[in-house]
Amino acid sequence: MTLTASPPSTDGGPEVARRRSRRASVPYLLLVPALLFYAFVVLWPTLQGAGYAFTDWAGRRETPGFVGLDNFTELFSAPAARSALRNTLVIAVSTTIVQTLVGLALALALHSALASRNLLRTMFFAPALLPPVIIGFLWQYILTPAGPLNDALGAVGLGGLAQNWLGDSSVALASVIGVIIWQNAGLTMVIYLAGLEGVPPELHEAATMDGAGRWQRLRHVTLPLLLPATTIALSLTLIGSLKLFDQVYVMTGGGPGYATETLSVVMYKEAFVSGRYGYSTAIALVLTMIVFAFALLQLRGLRRFEVQQ
Amino acid sequence: MSAVEVRTTRPAGGDVPPVRRARRRWTLPRIGAELGMLAVAAIFLFPFYVFLTVAFKTPAELARSPLSLPSDPALANFTEAWQRGDLGTAMVNSVVVTSLSVLLLVACGSLAAYVLARRGTRLGYGTYLLFLLGLMIPLQLGMVPLYQLMRDLNLLQTYTSLIIFEIGHQLPLAVFLYAGFLRALPRDYEEAARVDGAGSLSVFRRIVFPLLRPVTGTVVILSAINIWNDFLTPLLYVGGSPQQTLPVAIFAFRGEFASQWQVIFAGMGIAIVPILVIYFLLQKYIIKGFASGIKG
Repeated sequence: MTLTASPPSTDGGPEVARRRSRRASVPYLLLVPALLFYAFVVLWPTLQGAGYAFTDWAGRRETPGFVGLDNFTELFSAPAARSALRNTLVIAVSTTIVQTLVGLALALALHSALASRNLLRTMFFAPALLPPVIIGFLWQYILTPAGPLNDALGAVGLGGLAQNWLGDSSVALASVIGVIIWQNAGLTMVIYLAGLEGVPPELHEAATMDGAGRWQRLRHVTLPLLLPATTIALSLTLIGSLKLFDQVYVMTGGGPGYATETLSVVMYKEAFVSGRYGYSTAIALVLTMIVFAFALLQLRGLRRFEVQQ
Repeated sequence: MSAVEVRTTRPAGGDVPPVRRARRRWTLPRIGAELGMLAVAAIFLFPFYVFLTVAFKTPAELARSPLSLPSDPALANFTEAWQRGDLGTAMVNSVVVTSLSVLLLVACGSLAAYVLARRGTRLGYGTYLLFLLGLMIPLQLGMVPLYQLMRDLNLLQTYTSLIIFEIGHQLPLAVFLYAGFLRALPRDYEEAARVDGAGSLSVFRRIVFPLLRPVTGTVVILSAINIWNDFLTPLLYVGGSPQQTLPVAIFAFRGEFASQWQVIFAGMGIAIVPILVIYFLLQKYIIKGFASGIKG
């Protein structure tokens, strides 16, 4: 998410005192309903969870015992959690890069004078609105060994490429990543299309008159002006893919073996299948740290990039 | 089907210089570009072709060839899915949970953002940042404690638990959108009303809230889609109960029908019809909402 909020404006001038007194009359009381919901659902459970991550808590009846960093030691040595950690990072990085490029390419293509552009925009964006559970099952069937994808590959003479897409541990993770990108590329496209609307045509005219070709205009006029859209698209995809649960859980359940396990899926299974609440919240805490680390990294990287431009 | 328009006020694309816009003849490169894009679209839409055809096939046809068109499009799969999956109940549940959550979310979120946008104090800004933090924190960290809390309050398997959760979960997005809009909104009207002696709540209800209509539209669209599609928490709270929402019902359905893909696809088709209808009716607003770049 883009945390580009600016601090509240402090308007100066002679009116300040008068306005202050009026502004102060919006009572904090109106905040109460929202704060209650937010504290009950997010703040309080999150703080509790951060505490439970250091215990061996296993349910209501048992008193949680403090175990220090044991949960984290286990996390970094247990095969399921280690695999999940690696997969989560692989999914996040590859999805973010590929989806951003695909979304950008679609946006550039559909921002042109193509006759079919409006229809295609509608089509490409549609999967992003559908429930991830349904997208997961749809692709689970498409990717079965005797299913439509292998059939279609055979029909166009590419039968040699046929795979057991979700059942073979060497391609399963790539298949999952492909499904996620298919579902959300339209969202990135829509963000970039909005960004392209903000590129003044005059700049392109000027660049053309200066003798800039198509590629040069893209590189030096369009792309720099798409930086805000890129920021939004990157952070959205990154945070979303780090938390990935639905599609993986319904398509593979983390398998075969641990091939497609993600932190969210392992966390869910440890909590609600094995009943290991302490350990599962430790996994969630690591996930939280990763999300914050990526967010910080991205913020810093983009700042530097913006300065260079 | 009306067309998607993501544009604001500018009449035509910025990437295309006006020189080219002027002559929109069917030149060879242009035909090539059109065909190329249609080819990309055909590959992209392949899953939808599968979705549609499988749902109308008989089991024998499906076994023979997963790709062919159904020879005699039958509705048997749909009636079976509708009845055995109890999808009607699930749809009612989804409508109830989504609409009540969105209603309360809009009320709480707009009020909170009003305070946060109008209070220039450090406390106000700090609270605003606290809400924004919710856009990043994975819900997994609080998932177990909240589940326990809901259980201890005897709220599991009720609409209430889900509605409370969805409101709290979507509030950061709503507060972020409303506060951004409110900061850019002139204060003249509300100050005039206040001079006339109206109280804060009535100023908000009669003057401010109506002015928030555009952003309310965005909040409603984004949060409604997020809530309607939500799976993990509904699975935990109402899974297996008569209160289960559509994604949870579909999940159960898949387990029950194992390899009867034609029935599963028919059920999933029923489940996405409401979303698709609303999408084609409101696509202009929906796409604009998502283009503002936020998804919970």
